Amino acid sequence: MIHLSAFQIFLLLTVLKIAVVLVITLTAVAYTVLLERKVLGRMQNRWGPSRVGPFGLLQPLADGIKLFLKEDLMPLAVERPLFVAAPVIALACALISISMVPFGAETTYQGVDLFQIANINVGLLIILGVTSIGVYGIALSGWSSNNKYSLFGSLRSTAQVISYELALGLSLVGVILRAGSLSLRDIVNSQSAHGARSWNIFGGLQIVGFFIYLMAAYAETNRSPFDLPEAESELVAGYHTEYSSMKFAMFFMAEYANMITVACVATLLFFGGASSPFGHLTDHLFATGFIHAVLPIFWFVFKVFSFILLYIWVRATLPRFRYDQLMGFGWKFLLPLAMVNILATALVLAFRS
Amino acid sequence: MQIALFTIFGLLAVIAALNMLLQRHPINSALSLVVVMMSLAVLYWSLGAEFLAAAQIIVYAGAVMVLFVFVVMLLNAGEEQRTKGSKIASIAGFPGAAAIFCLLTFIFLKNRAALGNTQLSGLYNGAESNLTRIAHALFTNLLLPFEVTSVLVLVAILGAVVLARKEL
Repeated sequence: MIHLSAFQIFLLLTVLKIAVVLVITLTAVAYTVLLERKVLGRMQNRWGPSRVGPFGLLQPLADGIKLFLKEDLMPLAVERPLFVAAPVIALACALISISMVPFGAETTYQGVDLFQIANINVGLLIILGVTSIGVYGIALSGWSSNNKYSLFGSLRSTAQVISYELALGLSLVGVILRAGSLSLRDIVNSQSAHGARSWNIFGGLQIVGFFIYLMAAYAETNRSPFDLPEAESELVAGYHTEYSSMKFAMFFMAEYANMITVACVATLLFFGGASSPFGHLTDHLFATGFIHAVLPIFWFVFKVFSFILLYIWVRATLPRFRYDQLMGFGWKFLLPLAMVNILATALVLAFRS
Repeated sequence: MQIALFTIFGLLAVIAALNMLLQRHPINSALSLVVVMMSLAVLYWSLGAEFLAAAQIIVYAGAVMVLFVFVVMLLNAGEEQRTKGSKIASIAGFPGAAAIFCLLTFIFLKNRAALGNTQLSGLYNGAESNLTRIAHALFTNLLLPFEVTSVLVLVAILGAVVLARKEL
């Protein structure tokens, strides 16, 4: 047994955590694409991908090989450095924010929390900040492509993301007020007292905040019904029209990774994170050991999976917004509602204390 | 560790600032400014001001500079013409900038005791978090300046609306 110092253990465990989370996230991204195609297919009364492997389960692998082997086209008129940097920015920002997410109950080994990469006391702000940096990926890709449709797509997307970022940030303030902290771990702990009754969406009366967050998050990730930046009937494919091969795949992965991040944040902030909906009722059954550590992860994954299914369901159901409706909805409805929600939450908290 | 961070990101900030001045295309300049702001955020972080770092990224890099880039893209501004520059600028500019730099350094070094100092060696380890202390200061001792600033921002927004209405 080699003796390691505390710092070396911390370093090794952190690298291990990053590797595991990265692999799981990327696999989840690939299979979310398959899930979306399957579920959309079923909702539209067709099969979806079913040829590669049993039930089409190897389809993501085939897609990956296809995207790797395709020719990487570089149009002549592009701004070369920015054209290459844009997908990297988009994917990097999408993957960084997952590092703040606590995906299990607090379990420390040698002083290192096993189920969260970084426990930072302004974790929520970091997620918001990294998301707002991600806009550059989309903005620059459209501009550097030197293509009118790409530029329109990225202008739409930038305007939409800036507008909805306000509503998104303000919808979370009620939760922060209740928890009294910006650390995601603290926010989860503040909802873990009585199971589902103390989750922010039920017991915390943050249901208005939750719906504002949900709608703003759909707009932030450019998903339908707010997918104007890539409206195929108007803009060919929007900001990634000129991209091919792995660069296109990076935008695609960034979109789905963002979806997963948004689902994780919704779970953490409004649905009690990794805590069980039955509270401590089942604690005496598995007081210690492996199941005790792994059961919270199961609940977390289950909640995130439900959010992703909701995303797909919404995509199959709702038609796209018109551009002026989109802006009006964000600025005239969601933003004032979010402010009223903050005021009401603050007043209730002030009267209670 | 902190020294290494300071060296890397301090150098990065200076290089990006120079790059901002030397680039001819507005978008490249704007992006260099983003790099400057993010390096500054890392410096704040290494001084133990994590809230300030996060606010710097959200407000400046994430909102203000996105608007800059947006406007540059919308107006489709082309590359600048490189001129020789006026004589006065090169004669008075460089010594003037050097003089201001020297003056500021002198003042900061002289009043070092009054400015207070912070440790480069790690985060703030007090009983309450950094954030709580900032909030406490803003809403008790500094309440009046805080509110006056918010009125000032409101005036600026109204001014922008009035100016834009005249154009429409």
